Amino acid sequence: MREIHVREITEQVAQMCKEANYFLGDDVLQAFREAAAREESPVGKEVFAQLITNAEIARREEVPMCQDTGTAVFFIELGQDVHVVGGDLNEAINEGVRRGYTEGYLRKSMVADPLERKNTGDNIPAIIHVEIVPGDKIKLTFAPKGGGSENMSALKMLKPSDGYEGVVNFVVEHCRKSGANPCPPIVVGVGIGGNFETCAYLAKKALTRPLGKPHENPRYAEMEREILEKINKLGIGPQGFGGRVTALAVHIEVMGCHITGIPTAVNINCHACRHVERII
Amino acid sequence: MAEKRISAPLTDEQIMELRAGDNMLISGVIYTGRDAAHKRLVELIEKGEKLPIDLKGQIIYYVGPAPAKPGKVIGSAGPTTSVRMDAYTPAVLKEGLKVCIGKGGRSKEVKEALQKYKAVYVAAVGGAAALIAKKIKKAEVVAYEDLGPEAIRRLEVEDFPVTVINDAYGNDLYEEGAKRYRIE
Ligand code: SF4
Repeated sequence: MREIHVREITEQVAQMCKEANYFLGDDVLQAFREAAAREESPVGKEVFAQLITNAEIARREEVPMCQDTGTAVFFIELGQDVHVVGGDLNEAINEGVRRGYTEGYLRKSMVADPLERKNTGDNIPAIIHVEIVPGDKIKLTFAPKGGGSENMSALKMLKPSDGYEGVVNFVVEHCRKSGANPCPPIVVGVGIGGNFETCAYLAKKALTRPLGKPHENPRYAEMEREILEKINKLGIGPQGFGGRVTALAVHIEVMGCHITGIPTAVNINCHACRHVERII
Repeated sequence: MAEKRISAPLTDEQIMELRAGDNMLISGVIYTGRDAAHKRLVELIEKGEKLPIDLKGQIIYYVGPAPAKPGKVIGSAGPTTSVRMDAYTPAVLKEGLKVCIGKGGRSKEVKEALQKYKAVYVAAVGGAAALIAKKIKKAEVVAYEDLGPEAIRRLEVEDFPVTVINDAYGNDLYEEGAKRYRIE
């Protein structure tokens, strides 16, 4: 058993919170540049110019690219030969978030109770998904998620007869309805299969894939291309001002499911598609 | 691209010159306010009491900024989703508010009120929060300090970039823009 002290996890998490919010990934920046060249609408082009400058300012000054520094979402791949010592793994992550959001001047956007709505003041609770995998390492993926895009999520238990077309139509129609709210250009995460909670998990996890990297199964890679093309034909455009580029990418994750249905979930990310990884 | 320049206080005549799709630069004073602050303002309006700020001709920005780093005026400060203010917007427009800045679509009631009271709804680029913060030269809390990031702040801005979404003629850039670029 390899021992990993919770202290190390907390330290890494605190850094990751800042990094993800200050530094937009090169994959996303590159996508902005390509999209700006492709965009025909003048106001749309202006949006990309602002987003590129914004990312540069955030990086240079180490300030968050967006004021909504999000719910702190973690995907943890915990090697089965790892023994976490010195405390509680969940608490270690929450402590890292507390520290990172405070030291990094990030906005605290979490309330303790969904109805009473009092801000917790430290962006806790983090949302933590743990998967046990072979090996003796821990892989941490941090993906802060803004409220504007998270509120534009949908889940539908499609029928087997809805098939491929049914999935495509559900996703495209949902993006049409979301319009300008999730801060387009968007990245669309789609989870297909599993069950009710798993398809939502897959949709969120799909957003952490490097931007535009196709699904390894050619059938789903094709579906990603088809959905992307249809969304971009909607004309919503950057920020909903009208234009050719509404979405930068569609990422699908799939899992086997019950004979009676096709659970399908859509989780939209805004252009502030933030995620960082660490392997300990 | 050709940009109009505006500053508060604004008159009806100035508002009538603006059209959906116009890019504009705002300079001068704007106020911040989100749902909680709007709720309080509207409660005062309903009771016929005096508001902590005079809304006549003014501009309100829907924003909940990130905390300011030491030495900075304000933290990153992009627009928040406007739909949460829809229930309160007609009442503040009636008080003379001329421009609201946010992101995302508005209700039918808000669009009608914009025409009725001669006002515009404009969008700042959602997520361009570090860039927008640089356009804010001064920030001070003027009401509802207990609301933290949701308090009403008086900001002084320079060349703050926005795009007109709903003008006072009933035009809507979100609808028209998508229609123009839609491929059937
Ligand atoms: S949807 Fe994204 S870019 Fe828009 S305000 Fe929220 S976090 Fe920022």
